[in-house]
Amino acid sequence: MLESVLTMFSYPFLIRALIAGVSVALASSLLGTTLVLKRYSMIGDGLSHVSFGCLAVAAALNWAPLALTLPVVSAAAFLLLKLNNNKKIFGDAAIALITCAALAVGVIVISVTTGMNVDVYNYMFGSILSITKTDMIVSVTISSSVILVFVLLFHRIFAVTFDEPFSKATGLKTGAYQTLFALSTAVTIVIGMRLVGALLISGLLIFPPLSAMRVCKTFKSTTIFSAILSVLCFFAGLVLSFLANLPAGATVIVMNAAVFCCLFAFGKLVYLIRQYKTKGKTIQ
Amino acid sequence: MNKLVECNNLTIAYDKNIVLEKVNFEIYEGEYLCVAGENGSGKSTLIKSILGLKSPSTGSIEFFGFRKNEIGYLPQQTAVQKDFPAGVFEIALSGCLNRSGWRPFYSKEDKLLAKINLELMGVYGLRKRCFCQLSGGEQRRVLLARALCSARKLLVLDEPVSGLDPAAAREFYTTMRYINQNRHMTILMVTHDIDLALHDADRVLYVKGGTAHCSTAEEFRKSEETQKWMGGQNNA
Repeated sequence: MLESVLTMFSYPFLIRALIAGVSVALASSLLGTTLVLKRYSMIGDGLSHVSFGCLAVAAALNWAPLALTLPVVSAAAFLLLKLNNNKKIFGDAAIALITCAALAVGVIVISVTTGMNVDVYNYMFGSILSITKTDMIVSVTISSSVILVFVLLFHRIFAVTFDEPFSKATGLKTGAYQTLFALSTAVTIVIGMRLVGALLISGLLIFPPLSAMRVCKTFKSTTIFSAILSVLCFFAGLVLSFLANLPAGATVIVMNAAVFCCLFAFGKLVYLIRQYKTKGKTIQ
Repeated sequence: MNKLVECNNLTIAYDKNIVLEKVNFEIYEGEYLCVAGENGSGKSTLIKSILGLKSPSTGSIEFFGFRKNEIGYLPQQTAVQKDFPAGVFEIALSGCLNRSGWRPFYSKEDKLLAKINLELMGVYGLRKRCFCQLSGGEQRRVLLARALCSARKLLVLDEPVSGLDPAAAREFYTTMRYINQNRHMTILMVTHDIDLALHDADRVLYVKGGTAHCSTAEEFRKSEETQKWMGGQNNA
């Protein structure tokens, strides 16, 4: 088995997939913690459908995909994250609205122009094994900037996520952090979509933090653990998909799901043992 | 005494419902000012507009010689979801952010400050615990420690003793008096607990019928309005 893993990494396209994938998995797991805690678990799904619609339109117009997708998805992310403050349309409903509308537009544009083909399949389910060197460089550059921004603003992101009114009242520029955060989310989703596809990108965002939250007690430990889990799951998923000849993106997400189940059970077990112990103490 | 905050002709409305109209008052440096009034009279709304969380429809709020990042704030309720992974020490430290400027990480002084304030509130022993596993009273203390970390000139407290038992509430007022006198902190406190408030406060801002006016604690105690509101407790 070790031999086949070694053979696997003698293929340059797999090395590229690994490098690009790890960087995106890292960036998305960091952003995911805040998204999950702010009740924005579905935003990844919504934004990836927006970028699906954009890619379809860009293909029909013969534009470079990123030139249209990045600004539109950033605008959508900004809009959705801001809608939380405006209680007239609820955040989750707004995400559902945008998801459906963007998907519908994308499907119409595709059927009028090229029809369902391999490209479309790649938008939906990712094409991690066929990314070029340029794609890889773009992914790594964007993910590294997102990671850098996150690390530098880590404490402020925690403060705003935990208690926004307090942060605002005591003089933090919450609006600026929110905008930066929306922008980071948008670019991560756009590049992540090329790897695991529109349908699976929200898995990369929400699984690692949710798994980490089963066992961690502080924001810092949750973030670090979620980053480690995300990278490990990506690596394991990629290897498994190669060995068993499975689709790469889906295997990575299934890996994440399996880890979540394990940690969920582990967290419950720890909780039960602790309860049992405290009960024992009170009886004594 | 130096003036810290001045509110001029403040009118605050939610949509088109006017909550407060033409409110004028000042906050002076080093004073202990209580905001009193019935439920729903607009006390919290008033302090939210001072904090910049609710912008007034008309009128102005001016700060003299201090900036927004010198305020500490204890919100009335912080609805934290049950599984939010947040450590007690992390939360107290987050109060130090408003003094760190562009510095991305906490300094040694920040950590020391968080420690001192957690100790003052008697919850330093819980520093490694998860916030959501604490009891309601412990959570209030942690949030107050955070507010103390961020307060340099003005400490704004919105119903700080709600959820505390009477003994803890008394202890809390003692701490506030200590902070007011020894750290020369200006305190603006919304409270229902008018007896204890009158005991410590320098002045009272009474909010009623869509407006508010200031009086000294002594004047407030004697006024007919108060006697009526307190149900003649003072006559007994």
